Amino acid sequence: MRRGALLVAGLAAIAAAQADVSKQRASVLDNLLLHDCGSCHGLTLRGGLGPALTADMMQARPAQALVAAIRDGIPGSAMPPWGELLAEEDIDYLVRRLREEVKP
Amino acid sequence: MRNLLVILLLLGLAACASTRGTGDLGVVIERASGAVMVVTTTDPARLSGVEGLGDLSHASVVFSRDQRFAYVFGRDGGLTKIDLLNSSIERRVMQSGNSIGGAISQDGRLVAVSNYTPGGVKVFDAETLELIADIPATPLPSGKRSKVVGLVDAPGQRFVFSLFDSDEIWVADFRNRAQPQIRKYLNIGRQPYDGLITPDGRYYIAGLFGEDGLALLDLWQLDRGVKRILDGYGRGEQKLPVYKMPHLEGWAVAGDHAFLPAVGRHEVLVVDRRDWREVGRIPVHGQPVFVMARPDQRQVWVNFAHPRNDTVQVIDVHTLKLVRTLTPGPAVMHMEFTPRGEHVWISVRDGDRVAVYDTESFQRVAQMPARRPSGIFFAARAQRIGL
Ligand code: HEC
Repeated sequence: MRRGALLVAGLAAIAAAQADVSKQRASVLDNLLLHDCGSCHGLTLRGGLGPALTADMMQARPAQALVAAIRDGIPGSAMPPWGELLAEEDIDYLVRRLREEVKP
Repeated sequence: MRNLLVILLLLGLAACASTRGTGDLGVVIERASGAVMVVTTTDPARLSGVEGLGDLSHASVVFSRDQRFAYVFGRDGGLTKIDLLNSSIERRVMQSGNSIGGAISQDGRLVAVSNYTPGGVKVFDAETLELIADIPATPLPSGKRSKVVGLVDAPGQRFVFSLFDSDEIWVADFRNRAQPQIRKYLNIGRQPYDGLITPDGRYYIAGLFGEDGLALLDLWQLDRGVKRILDGYGRGEQKLPVYKMPHLEGWAVAGDHAFLPAVGRHEVLVVDRRDWREVGRIPVHGQPVFVMARPDQRQVWVNFAHPRNDTVQVIDVHTLKLVRTLTPGPAVMHMEFTPRGEHVWISVRDGDRVAVYDTESFQRVAQMPARRPSGIFFAARAQRIGL
């Protein structure tokens, strides 16, 4: 299980490695995660209108599922699709941040 | 003896120096730093700061009716009572895991907090912050309880609020604080996301996220139940993704019209206050978050959701037309008018500043640094129903 998750994470990492976000972009995304995702998930990501997105919870989910949730949103819920605003590598970066594979 | 006299004299002087009213004070939330700034609207300027308030994303504030104390409701469930005169924390309790807002009762003696986890409302003694009542929200199939939103105070020592996950409005009557009476309205519409009360305290309105429309409760005629207004206002149109929930605090009623944010649309909805029918829609720059009337009700100011949130627009109530577009800076979070409306304070979160504009000339008259500011709340709210 853990292995599978690692493998998927590895694939995401490869995709991201092809066009990794710049340092500047990373800081924009960190701010987005803190404040704009935080407006629903809480500044500390411990939940609000949206569920908590703590690192252990995020590590327990396949990275691709998280990428899909962020890109396409979750229909019927308040989770909006971010695909129009964020590039694929932005979303990969956010997922790695949520899983604490990268630090701000 | 002589020494004593000198001491008394000095004490007297010290007291004089700190004597001032609090009616022109306010607080600005610095969300990422867990701090608030205490400000004066007369100068306008920052007076001092108070630190150590926890997670303040989405924090809101109400004031004691003597306007000396601010109650800050933090996202992490912290409820903090701040002394504006001494810029100090008077009392602080962690009352839940996750909260969203609060209200102060008609008589100023009760403070209510609406919570996400565990979902419900808790009511505290405003003086001591001792718990007086715990009202758990409706349990859901998941085992959790519904999140509570849109909590306001209403005349008759009541609190009114909405249940996001179970589609309800509840009215809690605290005339007997030991035995609150709760009246529940079911099936009011899908996913109420926030609520407001008209300035006269008569109508409670919940905005719906799960469908197009709003739910209206006439608090003068509770037996009539909840009525749907602006039902299906966007029928047949594709909704845009909503990157930030609109807020209904700061009811914009002006003359015969009320102004409301459309969910998932670049529009402000205008309704007739007498029959609650749609009168028109005003196309605006983005999805509205706050739609607020200047205290004299001549103008309505609107800010917008991510990613179009560097802009503020002003609607002239007389002509229902946009008269001004301002760009205060990145991530405009909130606006607050001075009590009689000559100025509006605007928090520019990602610009790390608060900007003050003259509402007639639209010129910026002051600016002050602030760390990721969000909500701005002035003590004049203490005397207004529903704030
Ligand atoms: C307008 C509110 C809102 C905003 C803003 C928002 N979310 Fe969400 N999010 C939700 C809600 C509500 C859910 C839960 C949906 C459900 O499953 O019912 C959710 C679910 C998620 C999930 C899925 C969690 C899981 O375990 O499946 C992820 C991941 C997520 N959000 C990430 C983000 C990120 C990253 C951002 C910022 C780019 C963001 N969200 C911004 C409301 C929001």
